[in-house]
Order: sequence, then C-alpha cells, then structure tokens
Amino acid sequence: MTPLDHIRNIAIVAHIDHGKSTLADRLIELCGGLDAREMRGQVLDAMDIERERGITIKAQAVRLNFVAANGETYLINLIDTPGHVDFTYEVSRSLRACEGAILVVDSTQGVEAQTVANAYMAVEADLDILPVVNKIDLPAADMKMARDAIEESIGIDAEDAIGVSAKTGQNVPLVLQAIVDKLPPPTSAGEDAPLKALLVDSWYDPYLGVVILMRVVDGRIRKGQKIRIMGTGAVRDIDRVGILTPKAVLVDELGPGEIGFFTAAIKDIAECRVGDTITDERNRTAEALLGFKPSVPVVFCGLYPTDANDYNDLRDSLGKLRLNDASFHFEPESSVALGLGFRCGFLGLLHLEIIQERLEREFDLDLLATAPSVVYKINKRDGTSFELHNPADMPDPTHIESIEEPWIRATILVPDEYLGAVLQLCTDKRGEQVELTYVGARAMAVYRLPLAEVVFDFYDRLKSVTRGYASFDYHLEGYTAGDLVKLDILINGEVVDGLSQVVEKSRAELRGRAVCEKLKDVIPRQLFKIPIQAAIGGRIVARETISAMRKDVLAKCYGGDITRKKKLLEKQKKGKKRMRQFGNVEIPQEAFLAALKL
Amino acid sequence: MNTTSAGPGFGVYVHWPFCQSKCPYCDFNSHVREAIDEPRWRAGLVAEIGHMAGLAPGRTVTSIFFGGGTPSLMNPATVGAALDAIAAAWPVADGVEVTLEANPGSVEAGRFAGYRAAGVGRVSLGVQALDDAALKALGRRHDRAEALAAIALARRHFPRMSFDLIYARPGQSPAAWEAELARVLAFGTDHLSLYQLTIEPGTAFHTLHRRGELVLPVEDDQAAMYEATQVMTQAAGLPAYEVSNHARPGQESRHNIVYWRSGEWVGVGPGAHGRLNEPGGTSIARRQERAPETWLAGVETQGHGTAQTETVSGEDRVIEVLMMGLRLTSGLSEADVQRATGQPLDAIVPPARLAPLVAGGLLVRDATGLRATAAGLQVLNGVLARLL
Repeated sequence: MTPLDHIRNIAIVAHIDHGKSTLADRLIELCGGLDAREMRGQVLDAMDIERERGITIKAQAVRLNFVAANGETYLINLIDTPGHVDFTYEVSRSLRACEGAILVVDSTQGVEAQTVANAYMAVEADLDILPVVNKIDLPAADMKMARDAIEESIGIDAEDAIGVSAKTGQNVPLVLQAIVDKLPPPTSAGEDAPLKALLVDSWYDPYLGVVILMRVVDGRIRKGQKIRIMGTGAVRDIDRVGILTPKAVLVDELGPGEIGFFTAAIKDIAECRVGDTITDERNRTAEALLGFKPSVPVVFCGLYPTDANDYNDLRDSLGKLRLNDASFHFEPESSVALGLGFRCGFLGLLHLEIIQERLEREFDLDLLATAPSVVYKINKRDGTSFELHNPADMPDPTHIESIEEPWIRATILVPDEYLGAVLQLCTDKRGEQVELTYVGARAMAVYRLPLAEVVFDFYDRLKSVTRGYASFDYHLEGYTAGDLVKLDILINGEVVDGLSQVVEKSRAELRGRAVCEKLKDVIPRQLFKIPIQAAIGGRIVARETISAMRKDVLAKCYGGDITRKKKLLEKQKKGKKRMRQFGNVEIPQEAFLAALKL
Repeated sequence: MNTTSAGPGFGVYVHWPFCQSKCPYCDFNSHVREAIDEPRWRAGLVAEIGHMAGLAPGRTVTSIFFGGGTPSLMNPATVGAALDAIAAAWPVADGVEVTLEANPGSVEAGRFAGYRAAGVGRVSLGVQALDDAALKALGRRHDRAEALAAIALARRHFPRMSFDLIYARPGQSPAAWEAELARVLAFGTDHLSLYQLTIEPGTAFHTLHRRGELVLPVEDDQAAMYEATQVMTQAAGLPAYEVSNHARPGQESRHNIVYWRSGEWVGVGPGAHGRLNEPGGTSIARRQERAPETWLAGVETQGHGTAQTETVSGEDRVIEVLMMGLRLTSGLSEADVQRATGQPLDAIVPPARLAPLVAGGLLVRDATGLRATAAGLQVLNGVLARLL
C-alpha cells in the first residue's frame, strides 16, 4: 500500500477539443503505463464512438507511477472526465473521487463555456486547481490571453500556469512534477478504520460481469472480503480487486486514497448506484459518504424499429446498453403512427444521439426517433400532478391547471462580432438575459432559456449564426409555469401521435404551419389526396393538401416483361415495411423523420 | 371476348432479334449485325419450334406473333417456314391470328405480298410519330411520308393492321399530342397501341434522362395526355381495352390478350419468353438465350436455346396474374383467376384490402370479377402496390 502523502488523485477538466484526452495519453506514456505499441490515440476513450467523435463519454481512471524530482515514486490516479454538457453529472462524480484537478485551456482559444462550467464544478467540489495551457506549439498560441482569461472568468491565479503541447509532449513532465508539488494528497481515517469506499462508476463487462470503479477513503478492500453496498443493501463477496494502468491488473488489496476496481459476481448494474458507499459487511462504517444526486434524464424521445420485426432485438439491445449506462432510461410504449417501441430518457441531446448511433452501429438496428421532448410537469385541476414524458399523453386541456417546463441557465462565449446574432437567437428561443460581460475580446452571455427550445435546434442554429465560434454550456435551473399547449398533427384526419409536441402558445401556429409545409414536401403523392392539418386542442391552425397521384402505370407490359416488372412490384412491396398506414394513406417513415428534423 | 369462360388460348411468339439500328428508347432484345446467314436462322427457328412442341403437347394454336427486333427484315420465306413448322407441330385453330411487326422504313410492297402469302393476316407498324422532328429524336430511320406510305401499303395487303405511337415525348404539349392523335384517328384504323414514352434502364434515353438532358413532360401533362387519349379514342370507336391498347370491338390483339389473361404461350428465338401453366396455380416460365449467336449455337447443338426455366407459384404467381390482368379494361374474371392461380379471387385479394380502393373509385368488384376503373387504370402501379 502506498502512503497517503505519495498519492495524488487528479481529474482533468476542459472544454471539448482543448486536448484533455491527448494530455492524458502523454501522462500515461511518460509514466510507462503502456508501451509504445499499446498506445493508440486517446487510450482512455475505450468506445469506438468516443474515439471517432473525439469526446469522452464515460469517465475512466488510470493509475500512474511517477518518479518525482526527489527520487521518490508517487502514485497518481488520473480520472478522465467527459467534456460535453450532457455528461455534467459524470464530471461531478469523477471530481468527488479527487483532491485536485488539472484545468486544460487551449492557448489558441482561451476559456470556453465548458471550461467555466467544469472549473466551477471543481471549485464547488473543493478541489485544488492546476491550470495548464495547451497547444503552445501552434502559431496562434497566446499564453498571456489564455492566462488572463482563466483569471478573469474563473478567478484563480493563473500566473504559474504551465504552457504545454500535449501533441508534441513539450513541458508535459513539468505537469507531473506540479501535480506532486502543488496538489494535495488524500486524507483518511487510516487503513485500520472500517472500510469506506465511494462507488465512482460501474459498467458491464461481458467476461467479468459488473465491474465497479471505486475510491477507497478509509480501510482496506481485498479479494474474498464480504462487502455491503450501503444504499441498496446488496451484500457480495469480492472475487477480484485490481487497478487500471489502463490495462486491468489484479492486486491483493487497495488501501486509503487508492482508486481501483473490484468484481463481486454482480449481475444487475442497478445494485451498484454511482455515489453509493461500499463498506465491510462484518465491520461496517458508521457513516455513509455523502451520495450523489441520481442522474435524471431531461430529454425524452421515442425509439421505434423501422422494421416491426426488430422490436425484440431493440428491447434486448436497450437492456444491454443500460448495463453500461445507468443514466439512460427506457420503457415500452406504443404509438398509433409508429407501432411498438420505447420511450427513452437521456441526459441531453448528444447522449440521445450517441445511444441511437450505438444501437444502429453496434446492434445493427434501423431506428426511427421521434422529436425529442423535455419532461413537463402537469398540474391538474383535481390537485394532482405528474411528469409528462410524451406529449401524446397530455390530458385534455380542460383538466389542466398549469403546465411547468424546465428552464436552463446557459453560458455562451462568443467573439464580439457574432454577439448580435446570438442575442437574437436567444430572444427567438424565449430567452431571458441574466448577464452580459466580456472575457478578453469575447462576450459572455448568460441566459435563462426553456430547455425545450434548446433541444429543438438551438445547437445547430448557434453553430450556424456564429460560424462555429461560440461555445455553449448549461445547467438545469428548475421548473417554471408557462403558457404551453399541445400541438397535434393530423394526416388524413388522424392524429399522428409521434408528431405531437408541446409548444408555447404564441408560437404554436407558426410551428404548426411549418410542420404541415414540410410534410407536404416530403410525402409523395398517393392514390388519394391527403389532408395535413395542425391542431391545437381540436382547433385547426394550419392546413395543407397533397393532391392525389394522377399518372402511375407502366405503358408497356407484354409476355417478356413479366419477370422484370414483377421485380419492381416486389421491391415496392418490401418498401412497404417502412410505410405507416393512415386510413387509406401510406406514409413513408422518411417523411416523419424529415418533419421531426424541422 | 376475354371475360368469357373460354380460356385465353395458346400463342406462339417468334422473336427476330435484328434491327438496322438501335432506337434510343427501346429495351427489347435487339441487335445490329452486318450480315446474317438467314437459312441458318430459319433452320434454328424451325428446330426450336419442334422442341417447344414436345414441351407443350395437346394445345391448339390460336395466335402467332412475330416480334423483334425488326421482323420485317425477315425474308418472307423464313416467316413461311416458321408458320409451316408451327402448323406441323400443333393443330392450328380456324381463323388463327398471325401478326408481324413491321418498321415503316423497312417495308416494301414485295415483302408485304410475301408475308401475306406466307399466312400473315395482321401487321403491326412501328409508326411511333407523325412528326419528322419527333421521329428523328426517337432515332427512327423513317420519316412521316414513309410512315404514311407504309400505312397505305399495309392496308392494301392485310385484312387487319395496327400501328404504334409514342407520346408524352420530350417537349410535347398535351395540345400537340391531341392534334397528332386526331390525325391518326382520321385514318380509320381498327387497332392502335398508344404508349407513353418510358425511360427504360439500359437505353440511351436512360443515360440522357439521368444527366438531365432529356426531360419528360410533368406528371400533370402526362396525365392530361393520357386522359385526352381515352376520350378521343372512345369517341372514334376505338376504346381502350388495355392500358395502352385501343381497338374496335372484336379487333383486339388476341395474342397479347394471352399475356394479360395469364394464358399459355411458347417463345421461340433469342430472348423470347414463354409460359406453360400447370393445374393448381403453377406456371413454368422459360427464357431463351438473349445473345443471338449463343441462342443459335444452343439450337444447333441441343435443339433449343433455353437459358432459364423457372417455376412460378404461390404469392409470386398471384402478383403477376394481378399485374397483368388488371391492365385489361375488362379486368380479371373469376374464371381466369381460378385457372391461373388455383384460388378464387377473394382468396388472392382479401375483400378488406380491396375496400379502400373500391371506395376510392379505383377498382370495381362485382360478380364477373375485379377490374380497374378508368381512374384506377391510370394509377395502376399504386393500386397494385396497395393490393399486394
């Protein structure tokens, strides 16, 4: 076991693309965690999607052995944290296992919205912060700008911030030495105290079963020990204890301040809630650690197989994904328009996209996703209230006293020249300005915004009006009552439940008209004319009609044509699998997708 | 005629695969050759007719059709040899319909007299247009004057004649087509095949169309032309009896009706298709080798050039019976459905699936069977997609 004063538990926080994962790779390399052959780019990002998208989804931990200037070996546990706003919760849980954090800022970009958000989280978690300015090898690098921005926006002393290039490795050893010199070691009641460990993360491994990542606070954990997970009350015998270097290496035991994993024949990931406290069943600790707030899905959408025969595959695949991602929720639902599927809850839009992509890629499923919706609180006239996950489930308006919707506090950093466009966008999205300041040459706008407006197409529009130069971060602030109505879309007189949405009353007509126009464009002419309507509580607010097909017949079909023409028909028949029936009208699924993307 | 309980008859199709040049819209099995050894080809056709007779015994021939390619490039002696071989192979019905396709540019009086003497009673002329610019654009070798001369010549030699026109051509307006059709109807022909230009894969037009260099009239114009065609032919006493075929009552092409009623025929010559039906809704489809030389080698070495034999049954058979039968204005009779699929009409088309199409005025279901209305015929692809 390593003495406490020779341990450092460190997180790295940064804005996306500021080089956090590359820096982690260099640190691992310098400490000999992996040999050159084993170093792939960004070793901490295990999932294919993480590597492709260049983002970190799940926090990972790795143990490094660093020989410091004084000749002694220090144990540095490095926890990589997700950079995206959807995974704020994962960041906060990673931070709870650490005493210090490295704040990485891109010397060509300066501070961005996530830099601020994550740095604040580190400050709130009472961590000491070591600022590092990255990418100093680039011609556009500006150390002074980056240091000033850190001091202005986060309020920490950045005078000694180390300038590094994670890409070339320049100055990276200085970072390791600074971790030892400037960041504090863990504290503990000692290795003889009753076991008290923080459950940092858990995931499902096909060979090992559920693997639990934990940080030992007091006492020791070893193979064969009977442990109790205090929150859920699960009691298990430990099979394996190990560390990640980042390869899994089995060890006899782990002591105070150390981070590692164990397995204990746990089948169900629900038994190991992140933030829970692990103790010795025979020698329990008196007090559990302060738990985390459970992660709450804020964005919901329906996921449907495009081929109804894939329903069971989809259910199994969702179950497998959930094993690795406790923040993702799903429950069966059925839609008139789309058949059988699942209502799924996500931490945010990126999380939604990632899950959908993993389902399509890893599980080879063809999916249709309905419009993302936030969770509304419906207060009914009879005094009861409930959470609305699917706009189609909205009760009759006469039974509703009020509807509350979630609001966020958004921080947007943007070069001055695009500020006007950003303010306009926020106003369009029902935003309320809280603060407008400057960080160096860039404006920092803080807005309150309805989350529903942000999940709609906020990212895309922000990116387009600022040519990608804005950075954006948000956190949920709470629920506020709004003047909200349910907008229904009717095709051929039938409500298409998958297209129902909750919208602010004053914008409902406009939205309804836009959806009808879009559907008119994307639905091909059919045998019969198709009325498309938008309605609010039974009142039609927009109407379009797709006229009937006038001419669709093969001019020539004789004896020699039969086989070939029949193939065309069979092809059409296969295509029908992707059609949805509305009375005497069949709508291709692509049409729904196009309308939802509006 | 074709709604009677009598079977659709038994046809013999003979394919002559050669053309003087390839037309840019045509996807039929046609080939251009410098010279051919016609006696060898004649022997080949005769041999394959004999082979087919062995596969289809007990039938009486009710129609014979020489198609192509350009069958009017055949020497009348070759046509005669084929007809003799057919007569030797099967009993031939009294008043058998014998049709030969002819190109206006390749006919001459002597040839027509020869065909008639050999036994051809009906000629189908590939006129395609009565406009020189349009004929050129369609890659035809003849002009308007030659077309008119060929029509007059055919009239003199054959008791029955038909000709083909292609409309909804690039740049053609509904008014222009109506004027052209009015001139055509004034000839007083008994049978017309009026096809909308279709862009088929593998043709020169397909490439042009894909590149955007050939633009067809918009759907509404195409529909207007089709609708005008129905009204005008009806008024002239040549109502549609099939999507693109119009005739005075009794002058319908009996041979083509065999296809649409899912009857039986043998196909002789390169790329020819044939169908022989078995009781219970099974049909045996044969396809001959498409490449002329491959086909000829097959016939000369093994007596036939069959490339593929396929059994069509069940759902597959149902699809083609509906696809073909609903093209006729008289539709599908109960008897034809039962004979061709081995099942009653209600079994192959569940009434529930039919209901919206009937309610929508696209199909009619009554005691005689199932048929498309004029509106239904015009969108038959969509109707079939919904039925299947």
